[in-house]
Amino acid sequence: MFSSTNWRKTAEAIAIPVGALLFSLVLFGLFCALCGKNPLAVYGLIYKSAFGNWRAFQGTLLRSAPLMLTALCTALPARLGLMIIGNEGALVMGGLASIIVGLTLSFGSVTPNAAQLQQVSGIPSFVVLAGMAIAGIIAGGVWIAIVGALRHYRAVNETISSLLMNYIAIAIMNQLVGGPIKDPGETIKASSFALPEVNRLANLPATRIHFGLLYGIIVCILAYILIQHTTFGFAARTAGGNVKAARIAGLPVGKLTIIICFLAGSCAGLAGMAEVAAVHGRVNESLVAGYGYTGILVAFVARYNPIACTLVAILLGGIISSGGALQRNLEMPDATVLVFQGLVFLVILYSDSLYGRFKIFKEPVITAPPPPSTSTTVPV
Amino acid sequence: MTDVASQTEPNTLPDLHTITAPPELEVVNMTKRFGSLVALDNVSLHLKPATFHALLGENGAGKSTLVKCIMGFYKPDHGDVLINKHAQAIASPRDAHKYGIGMVYQHFTSVPAMTVAENLVLSRFDSQTVINWKQELDHLNAFMANAPFKVPVETPVGQLAAGEKQKLEILKQLYLKSKILILDEPTSVLTPAEADEVLGLIREQVTDGKLSVLIISHKFREVTSFCDEITVLRKGKYAGTGVVKDLSVAQMAEMMMGEKREPQKVEKTPHPEVVPVLELKDLHANKDNGVEAVHGVNLTVHSGEIVGIAGISGNGQRELVEVLAGQRSLTGGQVVVNGKPYFATRKEIDNNHVFVLPEEPLKNACVAHMSVAENLALRTFDKPPQAKGAMLIFKAIRDMATNLINTFKIKTPSPETPVGNLSGGNVQRTVLARELSSEKINLLIAANPCFGLDFAMVDYIHSQILNARNRGVAVLLVSEDLDELLKLSDRILVISGGTFAYESPIETADFAAIGHAMAGH
Repeated sequence: MFSSTNWRKTAEAIAIPVGALLFSLVLFGLFCALCGKNPLAVYGLIYKSAFGNWRAFQGTLLRSAPLMLTALCTALPARLGLMIIGNEGALVMGGLASIIVGLTLSFGSVTPNAAQLQQVSGIPSFVVLAGMAIAGIIAGGVWIAIVGALRHYRAVNETISSLLMNYIAIAIMNQLVGGPIKDPGETIKASSFALPEVNRLANLPATRIHFGLLYGIIVCILAYILIQHTTFGFAARTAGGNVKAARIAGLPVGKLTIIICFLAGSCAGLAGMAEVAAVHGRVNESLVAGYGYTGILVAFVARYNPIACTLVAILLGGIISSGGALQRNLEMPDATVLVFQGLVFLVILYSDSLYGRFKIFKEPVITAPPPPSTSTTVPV
Repeated sequence: MTDVASQTEPNTLPDLHTITAPPELEVVNMTKRFGSLVALDNVSLHLKPATFHALLGENGAGKSTLVKCIMGFYKPDHGDVLINKHAQAIASPRDAHKYGIGMVYQHFTSVPAMTVAENLVLSRFDSQTVINWKQELDHLNAFMANAPFKVPVETPVGQLAAGEKQKLEILKQLYLKSKILILDEPTSVLTPAEADEVLGLIREQVTDGKLSVLIISHKFREVTSFCDEITVLRKGKYAGTGVVKDLSVAQMAEMMMGEKREPQKVEKTPHPEVVPVLELKDLHANKDNGVEAVHGVNLTVHSGEIVGIAGISGNGQRELVEVLAGQRSLTGGQVVVNGKPYFATRKEIDNNHVFVLPEEPLKNACVAHMSVAENLALRTFDKPPQAKGAMLIFKAIRDMATNLINTFKIKTPSPETPVGNLSGGNVQRTVLARELSSEKINLLIAANPCFGLDFAMVDYIHSQILNARNRGVAVLLVSEDLDELLKLSDRILVISGGTFAYESPIETADFAAIGHAMAGH
C-alpha cells in the first residue's frame, strides 16, 4: 500500500471521520441543551477533565490502554472483510485465563488456602506476568478463532456468533467466580482470589498509568506492520477485498480467516490480562466494563487502521474518563457519556455511506488507450 | 392471417383484457444500439394470435434485447411495435400490460416468504391501499378453478418446488389477464419433466385460442414439441422465420449458426512431441445452490495445444472453470496437472506455472480498492525480490508494476491508483499483464477472455493466447463465442448439460453437429 502518494484517499479517510465526530458533537450539544445544560460548558468540562492537565490526561491514557487492544479485535478481521464484535468476550476470556495462570504461579493453586496465601512463590514477577500474558493471548485468540472457524467451515455469520460468544464468555466467568475459583473472603461481589501485590503489572515511572498502555501502543504498531508491510497482511487484504481473486491466486482463505481471528482475539485477551494484572487484581464482574464494545467504536472511527486506533482510543478514553466529572460538576447522569458514545457510533456508521460521494476525493477515471498492434511481443 | 381468420380482430382497442382472443403482435424494423454496439439491427417479428412462437439465436444474438424493447424496458432507436396493426408506444412494462403483454423471466420474481395468494395480489398493477382479503381470496379461488394449472394459494412460495414456482410466474401473467406471454428461457431452472408439463399446459391454452406465446429457448426439443413458428436472430440481425413442422432440426441449427464459417487462418506452430498437462478425471461440481452442474467430465489438454470448449452459458462451463481456478471445490473426481493431483493451492499453482484469465476480471481476479501495482503483484508478492522473508519490498513491487504498465500499455494515472478506477479494457490489461508476463507458463485457463471488449483488444488477446500456445503452453479456452473458438482451438468440445456432447479436431469439426450438441440434441 502506497497510501502516501494516494493523497485523495488518505484525505477522504481523515476528513469523513473527523466530520462525523464534529457532527456528533453538535447532536450531543442538542441533547445537553434539552437537559437544560449549556452545551459549551459541557464540551469545556469534557475537554478539561480528559485532556486539561497531566493528571486528567493520565486518567484518559489509563482508559485508552485497553481500548487500543480491544479495537484491534474488530480492526484486524475487518481487513479480511469480517465484522467481529466479540471484543468483550475475548477480553473476559483473556482476563479469566490470566488470573488462573497468575494465581497458580503465585500460590500454586487457583483457590489457595490460608497457608498458601501467606506464602507467595519465589517465581520472579516478570515470569508470572509473562505467563499471564501468554494465557490471556491464547484464551482470547482461541475464543475468536472459534468464530473464524464457524465462519469458514459452517458459514455462520461472524457478527452474530461473536456477539453471542460475549454472553457465553461472561456467563463462564460468572460461573467460575461464583464457584470453582471463588474467593470465600470476598463477600460483596463474587470474585476470584486476588493476585499478590508483587505480581501486579507495574505503573510507568512517575505516573499512575500501568504498562498496559505500552502493550497497546506496541501491539498497534505491530498490527500495522503486519497488515501493511508483510506478505501475510497482503494476503489478508487480498482475501478481504475479493475472495474470488484470492482463490485464483491460491491464497489459503480459510487459514487466513482463522489466523486473523486468533490474532484479533489475542489482542482483546491481552487487554483482559492487563486489566486484571494492573487495575482489578482479580476477576469479577467489574471486568465487564464495556471496553470491548467501545473498542468496536474505536475501530470504526479509525477506519480499521491500527495506528489510527491508538489516537482514537485516547480520544474515546478521554470521553469515558470525563463521565465522573460531568456527574460531579454538572449533575448530569454518569451515563451521559454513553449517550455521547452512542451518538458517535450512529453518526460514524452513517458516515460510512459517504465514501466515494464527494467529487473532490475522486481520481479521474482513465479511458482505454488505443490497443497495441497484434505484432507487439511481450516477454513471457 | 388466413390461418387465424376465425379469430375476432377488433380494429379499435377498447379493453384488450375483456376480449378472449389474444391480439396480434408485430415488430417492424426494430434497431437498438448501445453506444457503438448494434444489439438489434432492423429486426422484424410477427406473432400471430394464438400461436406458440419461438425466438432462437446464439448468445448475444439480440433475443433478450428484442423482448425487452417489446416490454418497454428499452427504448428502441428505430422501429415500431404494432398491436393489431396499430403502432403503439410502449414505454414501460406497465404500458405493455395495458396491451395484454406479460413477461415471465428466467429467474423467479416472487417473494419466497409470502404465500401464493399474497404474491398474486402483490403483482397487480392497480394495487390498493387496503386489501379486502376475503374478496381477493374468493376472486383467486374462482380464478384458480379455471386456471390451466393449480398452485395451492395458501402456501408460502418458498415451499414450492421449482416447477411450481415457474407455474406461479405464468399464473401471475394469466391472473393479470395477459394475452401475450413472453417467456425468457422459462425451463432453464426446471427438470425436463417439469418443463414438459409446464409447456404442455401452456400449449393447451394456445391451442384453445386463449393465449399467444413468444418463447426464448435454446432447446430444439422444446421447439419441435411445442412451437408453431420460429424466428431466428443471428448477431443482432434477422436470420429467418419459418413454420416448425416444415423445418428439420438441422435446418433450424443452420439458421441459428449461419453458413459454415471457415476458421480464420492463424499461424500455429506444430508440436510433434506433446505431453498431457491438464487432465480432468470424472470431474463433478455443483452450482451455488447445490445442484450438480458438471456431471463427471473427462478431458486431457496437452502442451502446445488450445482446447476450446463451446456451449450455451449455464451448461456447467462456469463451474468447471471455477474448479480449475480454485474458486470452487469439486464434489467428485480429480484434477491432475503434470501427472500430479491438483487442488489449486498457491504452492501447486507456483510449481506447475498455472495461470488463469477468468471472465469478468474485476469481479474474479482483482481487488478493486487495491492499487494497480498490488493487483499486478498478486502472483509474486510473496517471492523474492518482492518479498524478503515475510516483509514486502515495496520498491520491487513498484518497479515490476511500472515495467508491466509500460509493456502492456495499461493506462493508469499511477501504479498506486486503485484498479477499480480503471476502465474495463485497462482492468483486462492488468490481469493479462499479471497472468501472461511470467517467464514460465505451463497451463493457461481462459474463460470468455474477450467478453465485452472492442475489436482491436480482442485481436491483441487472441495473439497473446496463440503466442503462448506456440511456445508450448497448454491452453484451455472456454468461450461462448464460437468464432473465437474456431479461430484459436486445435480441438473443440461442446459442453451441454454438464457433460461433453461433442469433440473433434478443428480440421474436421462439423458445424451443424456443434450446433446440435450446443442445443442439447
